[in-house]
Amino acid sequence: MAGFLAPFRQPRRIVGVMLLMWVPLTLYVMFGDGLGGARFYVLMPAIPATLLLYVLAITSWRESPVALIGATLVFFWLLVAVLVPYLPLVDPNKPMAPFAVIGAVRNDHLFVLGADFKGRDMLARTLWGCQRVLVWGVSATMVAYVVGCLLGLIAGYLSGWWDQGISFVSNVLLSFPVMVLFILILNYLGPSGFNIVIAVTFASAPAIMRIVRGITLDMKSRDYIYAAQTRGEHPLRIMVFELLPNARGPIIVDACLRLGYTTVAITTLTFLGLGLQPPDPDWGLMIKESAKVAMLFKFSYMLLAPALCVSSLVLGFNLMADGLREMSLRD
Amino acid sequence: MLKLIASRLLQMLLIMVVVSLLLFLIFDSDKFKKQIAVAELGGFAVSALSEQDYEAWLEKKGLNVAFYERYAKWASGVAHGNLGRSFEKNEPVLSLVAERLTNTGILAFWVFALMIPLSLGLGIVAGMKEGSKRDRVVSFVAVFTTSLPEIATAIIVTVVFALGLRWVPANSSMVNGWDWRQLVLPVMTLVLYDFGYVARMTRASMAEVMTSQYIRTAVLKGLPYRRVIMRHALRNALIAPFTIIVLQLNWLLSGVVVVEVFFQYAGFGKLLLDAALFGDVYVIQAATLVAVCVAVVSQIISDVGYTLLNPRIRFG
Repeated sequence: MAGFLAPFRQPRRIVGVMLLMWVPLTLYVMFGDGLGGARFYVLMPAIPATLLLYVLAITSWRESPVALIGATLVFFWLLVAVLVPYLPLVDPNKPMAPFAVIGAVRNDHLFVLGADFKGRDMLARTLWGCQRVLVWGVSATMVAYVVGCLLGLIAGYLSGWWDQGISFVSNVLLSFPVMVLFILILNYLGPSGFNIVIAVTFASAPAIMRIVRGITLDMKSRDYIYAAQTRGEHPLRIMVFELLPNARGPIIVDACLRLGYTTVAITTLTFLGLGLQPPDPDWGLMIKESAKVAMLFKFSYMLLAPALCVSSLVLGFNLMADGLREMSLRD
Repeated sequence: MLKLIASRLLQMLLIMVVVSLLLFLIFDSDKFKKQIAVAELGGFAVSALSEQDYEAWLEKKGLNVAFYERYAKWASGVAHGNLGRSFEKNEPVLSLVAERLTNTGILAFWVFALMIPLSLGLGIVAGMKEGSKRDRVVSFVAVFTTSLPEIATAIIVTVVFALGLRWVPANSSMVNGWDWRQLVLPVMTLVLYDFGYVARMTRASMAEVMTSQYIRTAVLKGLPYRRVIMRHALRNALIAPFTIIVLQLNWLLSGVVVVEVFFQYAGFGKLLLDAALFGDVYVIQAATLVAVCVAVVSQIISDVGYTLLNPRIRFG
């Protein structure tokens, strides 16, 4: 087993496998309509890539059961996201039998998780719902990290006016209550997935910048940085190739936690009507649509199913972060 | 110390000016003006309006002047204690904000009253013996409840206690006057969400203190365990949780929009959301400034409290 996996353990190849999983998924969710007939086949290479990543994760994190549980939860939803077009599910947007309860059989179709108020199959909607949350959540976090890391490196390494300017702007942004910032940006730009990315970047990049700035300040006076300076390397090169790789430990742990926050934020924003738009299923949207009509115990599955799904995903990210931190402290 | 507080307050004022200018700039865009028009007159009426009629409406609302003039007028009004009128509800912003702040204050009081003893107690019990069974149970529960998003916790407690057991109403809008039973679910949601975080911090702080030399000395010289915990350990272990609890104030003020919207509780967060969606610029200004103020002041209290409580840190 280990011998078979060894060639994939190099960082560069892991990134390659991640891209193989991520690019099809992003293409499918963000630009799905533009793909035409190819849409059905796009996700196929992502399935083995996801499985391989999961096996890599559980074999290398064996020492931390917490991280294992977290990775299992996260990879469960990732697998569902790449597999869902090939599963034998009904169309998640097709109205069939309004208010069919759990286990009801209508029109020769068994509603395993019931149907919502418009009669759409809850099982299909719940499983399809993970795609948008995952893709937009991870994309938003990644963009926020690129911006935050760059600003943090510049502020920490160049210091002086750069530091003063960037720190003041991030202080202003951090002094806004997060929700106000989200609401203002999304209301101004209009609710959509891409604007969520922008809003999350504005809200998270200042905090990421602070973390990276702190690490940079700490590492700036190390010998290998002086060596690079003496070699006459460009400051940008030093920042990206010398400082950033050495700051990756705390950044990865923070990224896991922040993925959880972003997932919550996207669900919350969609619930408030500021996020992703109908009709495609999404957990926040399912809660929003059912919040008014499902106030009877009989129909509470309409709210419980998306709530439990989003909780399991966030729990997965948090446990993963906990496990990674534990492991990095042990080394 | 005083110098530190003064510089922080000065920075707060600077940030407030920048923030309020930014807000005015954003809400000066045509999009938001139109949004107010649509909300007040109705979408069909606005699309039927001629250019002149729309200009006249803007003039009537005082929206046609340049934004820096409006800003100057608003700023001088604020200096005289006049925060303007709400476009949406057509009442003075001051009374509106004060009313919502009171509601949120009541919510926050009960959350604190339940959360502080619960999280401190559990954190101390867990941190007394790191790695023990009690510690692991508390840590797991804390991670679990904190990982559930507020919206999920709100749904779960609603389904269990309001829809299933029918002990309390699911709606907290208080339309028929004040009712403490309607406060139960929002408070429960917020306590469940927040206590885990504070408990974990308390546990970490307590665990760190318990490994220190002076605790070992106290145990070795034969003091009863109870006394070691109560007199020696707690004093130092509670410094870090104190600062964190103060910072929760900020979260309770504006971070709980979802809970207030889900339970339809007329609190400060819901006011912020409604005003931002409507484009009610004066309400947003006032509410954001209050939020920024609370954020900075709670930060200062937390920092000052930390230095006062911890004799190892002294500012020159």
